[in-house]
Amino acid sequence: MLCLYDGALDVPRILQEWYEEEAASNYGAYIPFVGTVRSEEGIEGLSFDIYEPILKSWFDAWQEKAKAKGAMIKMAHSRGDVLVHTSSYIAAVFSPKRRVALEFIDAFVEDFKASAPIWKYDIIDNQRVYALKRSTAMVGSGILSSKMKDEKK
Amino acid sequence: MIRVEFLGPIQKAPLELEINNLNELAALLQKDEELSTWLENCAVAVNDTLVSSLEVALKDGDKVSLLPPVCGG
Repeated sequence: MLCLYDGALDVPRILQEWYEEEAASNYGAYIPFVGTVRSEEGIEGLSFDIYEPILKSWFDAWQEKAKAKGAMIKMAHSRGDVLVHTSSYIAAVFSPKRRVALEFIDAFVEDFKASAPIWKYDIIDNQRVYALKRSTAMVGSGILSSKMKDEKK
Repeated sequence: MIRVEFLGPIQKAPLELEINNLNELAALLQKDEELSTWLENCAVAVNDTLVSSLEVALKDGDKVSLLPPVCGG
């Protein structure tokens, strides 16, 4: 399940809803990860753009991997502005036993950072500033560049 | 006609181009100085599927997306 929200996430409500949705599903483990916006370098918050078609296919591929292990992933993310000390991201894995869920949440969140088509901006003086230095080029990046062509020669 | 979209922080309006493959697109976009840095770090999707080479034919109605470096969470 992939849920996108405008603005900050209502973390207690989402975690409770997910818990209740799967309470009778016979999963022995429910391991959530909650990402909260920290106050650093004077930012007022973060802002996010999302490209939904590719995010959805990326998430669906992970859900299939989880399903193969008897597990399930739920994810919530914010669109737009999220102020400091509020949350923009929740991922959770449900599985019959804890080991699968612990390993999956780690691998899932790492790949999320590198592959999910979401762009982050710092909010400084009410302006959005693209967080290029903290961003990761996706696999296959640079193929349109002339430099890439030169490297192949 | 091929629609080319620039996602996230790339402040550029979509283009409608008469091109037959990604090699032609690369040659066209490399002439745009504003895009030179973006081309080095953008991934490319055709009809919302990421591609890893320029050896991709395009047909009328296809959509090409440029995806700059990401940072969710």
